[in-house]
Amino acid sequence: MSFLEYAPAPESRAILSLRDSYGLFIDGEFVDGRGTPFQTISPASEERIATISNANEADVADAVAAARRAYDRVWSRMSGRDRGKYLFRIARLVQERARELAVAESLDNGKPIKESRDVDVPLVAAWFFYYAGWADKLDHAGLGANPRSLGVAAQVIPWNFPLLMLAWKIAPALAAGNTVVLKPAETTPLTALIFAEILQQAELPAGVVNIITGAGDTGATLVAHEGVDKVAFTGSTAVGRAIAKQIAGTDKKATLELGGKAANIVFDDAPIDQAIEGIVNGIFFNQGHVCCAGSRLLVQENIHDEVVERLKLRLSTLRLGDPLDKNTDVGAINSKEQLERIRELSDVGVAEGADRWSAPCVIPENGFWYAPTIFTNVQTSSRIAREEIFGPVLSVLTFRTPAEAIAKANNTPYGLSAGIWTDKGSRILAVADQLRAGVIWANTFNRFDPASPFGGYKESGYGREGGRHGLGAYLSPARVGRGVAQPRLETGGAASADLETTRRRSPRSPKSATKGSKR
Amino acid sequence: MSGTSLVAARERALAVLGGEPDDATLRRYLHGIPGIDAVGLEQRAAGLGTRSIKTTSKRWALDRTISLIDLTTLEGADTPGKVRSLVAKAMTPDPADPTAPRVAAVCVYGDMVPFAVDALGAAHGDPDDGLVSVAAVATAFPSGRASLAIKLQDTADAVAAGADEIDMVIDRGAFLAGRYGEVFDQIVQVKEACRKPDGSAASLKVILETGELNTYDNVRRASWLAILAGGDFIKTSTGKVQPAATLPVTLLMLEVVRDWHLATGQRIGVKPAGGIRSSKDAIKYLVTVAETAGEEWLRPHLFRFGASSLLNDVLLQRQKLATGHYSGADYVTID
Amino acid sequence: MTRLAVPKTYKLYIGGAFPRSESGRTYEVVAADGAFLANAAKASRKDARDAIVAARAAVAGWSGATAYNRGQVLYRIAELLEGRRAQFVAEIEEVESVSRAVASAQVDESIDRWVWYAGWADKFAQVAGNANPVAGPYFNISVPEPTGVVAIIAPQDSSLLGLVSAIAPALVAGNSVVVVASERFPLSAISLAEVLATSDVPKGVVNVLTGSPAEIAPWLASHSDVNAIDLVGAGALDWISLEVDAADTLKRVLRPESGPDAAAPALGRITAFTETKTVWHTKSLL
Repeated sequence: MSFLEYAPAPESRAILSLRDSYGLFIDGEFVDGRGTPFQTISPASEERIATISNANEADVADAVAAARRAYDRVWSRMSGRDRGKYLFRIARLVQERARELAVAESLDNGKPIKESRDVDVPLVAAWFFYYAGWADKLDHAGLGANPRSLGVAAQVIPWNFPLLMLAWKIAPALAAGNTVVLKPAETTPLTALIFAEILQQAELPAGVVNIITGAGDTGATLVAHEGVDKVAFTGSTAVGRAIAKQIAGTDKKATLELGGKAANIVFDDAPIDQAIEGIVNGIFFNQGHVCCAGSRLLVQENIHDEVVERLKLRLSTLRLGDPLDKNTDVGAINSKEQLERIRELSDVGVAEGADRWSAPCVIPENGFWYAPTIFTNVQTSSRIAREEIFGPVLSVLTFRTPAEAIAKANNTPYGLSAGIWTDKGSRILAVADQLRAGVIWANTFNRFDPASPFGGYKESGYGREGGRHGLGAYLSPARVGRGVAQPRLETGGAASADLETTRRRSPRSPKSATKGSKR
Repeated sequence: MSGTSLVAARERALAVLGGEPDDATLRRYLHGIPGIDAVGLEQRAAGLGTRSIKTTSKRWALDRTISLIDLTTLEGADTPGKVRSLVAKAMTPDPADPTAPRVAAVCVYGDMVPFAVDALGAAHGDPDDGLVSVAAVATAFPSGRASLAIKLQDTADAVAAGADEIDMVIDRGAFLAGRYGEVFDQIVQVKEACRKPDGSAASLKVILETGELNTYDNVRRASWLAILAGGDFIKTSTGKVQPAATLPVTLLMLEVVRDWHLATGQRIGVKPAGGIRSSKDAIKYLVTVAETAGEEWLRPHLFRFGASSLLNDVLLQRQKLATGHYSGADYVTID
Repeated sequence: MTRLAVPKTYKLYIGGAFPRSESGRTYEVVAADGAFLANAAKASRKDARDAIVAARAAVAGWSGATAYNRGQVLYRIAELLEGRRAQFVAEIEEVESVSRAVASAQVDESIDRWVWYAGWADKFAQVAGNANPVAGPYFNISVPEPTGVVAIIAPQDSSLLGLVSAIAPALVAGNSVVVVASERFPLSAISLAEVLATSDVPKGVVNVLTGSPAEIAPWLASHSDVNAIDLVGAGALDWISLEVDAADTLKRVLRPESGPDAAAPALGRITAFTETKTVWHTKSLL
């Protein structure tokens, strides 16, 4: 036998006690949705996991109403200290039920258990711990004394990191004193619903967090609801753009975390073995279903062949298969639709003249799978070098000088993340300065931390999640009296939230807006 | 290695270096090798450490671990009796289970070699043939702080006494001071001292003492230096300095031998030594070898564990797999 | 015998030059009593396009200057404005038909606002950025960086103060600006441009368009090479459509403000046109 094949090492599913069907979590209770229920399946086997309620317009309204009640009556009046204690409780409960959450996540999403176990779920707990501590320290968030919460936050999250994105959204919102209506992605609702059980265990007051399941139309209804004060969305640039249009002319604030086409720049003096690992982690982590994935490898031309050769060797050791197997490196593609998109764009790459190489792995019979794939001979103008594939597909391009690397890296409407690999410290800092992207990883890639702001430039969205900046996205400065603008000069606003005082004064309805500002 | 291949090794080194192996040339070469990012290296090692090896794979790994062990005693208090006891354990690791393989070698101080050879008797030989080799530490182990003449004599004595393998230490002082030529030259000369009258030569393991070299960049340079100078194995540590073998440092050395193989076609061995005490740890090393240099490296001529207490832990795990219940310290022999 | 005055021709300010509108159009600027004051250039969409091209070209140099240098350049504007104080007071008196005291107050406040924002240039990053204590061996720091090209619809109810209040904060971080001046009171904007042209502000960093905001704004809001749009003075326009247009390329949008506090000095006006960049770097002794 080959030792490298390793015997199966499946994580036990016994830890899960799933229900056959899940309702919507509104006002602290699970209730049946009034839309047509849908099934959530395991993308690795296409087997049904559970039946999920579908929230229709009335359900959305109920959820927003519950959040509003909880905001007015409970959460906005509660001390920061107590809000923090609830968040600490949630963090602990996540840790206690970590394995269960990890197994559920891998089952529903298709990601390898080693990632859900070692990355997603620990970060979820960390996110709640981090923001728990902020709840009673909002005066230090950078918006001056007594900053205000915004009200009801509508949060719509994607399927690539279902529970982690939930934590990114809920933790700062609650710490800042907002209440929440969250809609998980249609294909990955499971862990959010288990999380709702955790909220019950934590005895979080009813209505502070409401979780409604459904498809894109449910999300659109939620975002459009007039009772919503804040919109936080992570997903595609196309949907983000639609949301930005939808909330134009309203008082709603928005944080949008959208697509990316990150350049991962490898200079010829890079620590080569770590760079190879970083490239692999950059694009094959979570099957490439990562908005900040390093999907464009920009490698200095004089080491191109060596890097590609080493990369192929390394990819040949990646193990694709059962997400619940502890040795799986590459799990299942999240859905049939996504798989088709990856295939389509990949075929475009071939048609455009790029050379495709896929790691030799056995593709399971059922489920959705795509072998880790590299395209070489990719040109800057190729679609696979410009469009977000959101799958385990790497496009390799070359550059000759640092200036050319920067120019190519920035030559995209996106600007979420980038990587730099070189042993030369001064070059790292200078390149980092010039890259138009919100997160730069130098000699590392795909690192996340609740203390570290994350978010994009340009069409990758706006606003930040994580850190003090992420908190600011759910706050506005204390209201000051009309004509008493001077004190605001001294408040250290960290974000455009500082402008809230004046913006609040701007007319709310489109109609009055057109005539209200003449003096 | 024969005399002619020694010459060939030197010529290859010169070809790789592009000049005589003096300080300047070596410095230029060794400092031109890509650097290491320590954080990334350690993360990769940690990632390899999370592999979950079960059932058949685990059974194979445990037996393979035993067959890759250099069962070691390197004490000032070593005696012929202690060495005989060690050899007995090496030949019959688990008296209750004859299917337990033998270890690859026993590793002792040079003056203990005759006792080891004697105790092994017919079992003395190539581990590829199911026999047990004798390895001797030499060159003023562990510090290496002695004249070259003493180091060479130390080596020659051990080889003459029947050692099949010599574990030498590099002069870390010279390396850290940038006297790469001196380190190179010493390895070459020790290699020469490994030659036997019959034209064969003891295999040379070059101990880098990574705990003293301190940085990963130093370890990588020293690894290349040792290979260029003709070492058959690169070995992490004497076991007398902390930290001894670590998974990241071993991963790094495996990357060097992988790269050397890609460049020259020659396979060099790697020996982590010191601090590997549990089966769980040993399996992490096997995984790291398999996924870095390749599975073909998992044989005695290309990978060894320098260890003593590791063997018993592996035996306990073997017993668990065989019986289905956990075993205890009283069910394995202390040496 | 009185001397016959020499009136000024007011043109646009694009890329450091003072062109007429490529369309050849002008419009009459009149005092409150209807008296003719000047013909201002009526910028077209092509002028707006040219201004954006100039602004884009200026971003690298301006954002690449040291913060200390940007602060000095902005302070230099205040110095020059102070020297031409009488000219601006007279112009505002005439255009806005206000008393000398009111006009003087507006000029003084405008000068002081440059000074205030000049001082922020090498400080705001310390307040808006920070080191992040991540759980791992990383150096991790967040810094605000300029968003890029900022289009501004200046407050429409003042000649100078509204304009300065809108463009100064955008310049602090290193953005370049295309500003549409007050339609009714455009003359001070062009006079300010003359100050900028003779100060140390690199060409293209500030571009001033006069004319109809209703006509020009949609071209700015929909232009893909504009990164942010400040609708502070767009309250009378169909600004919701502008916000919708801006969403096509996910521009950062500041919504209209009105009243005496419009575009009041605030750190938030600086940070609104910045992007937080977070850089991770591995950290190890080994």
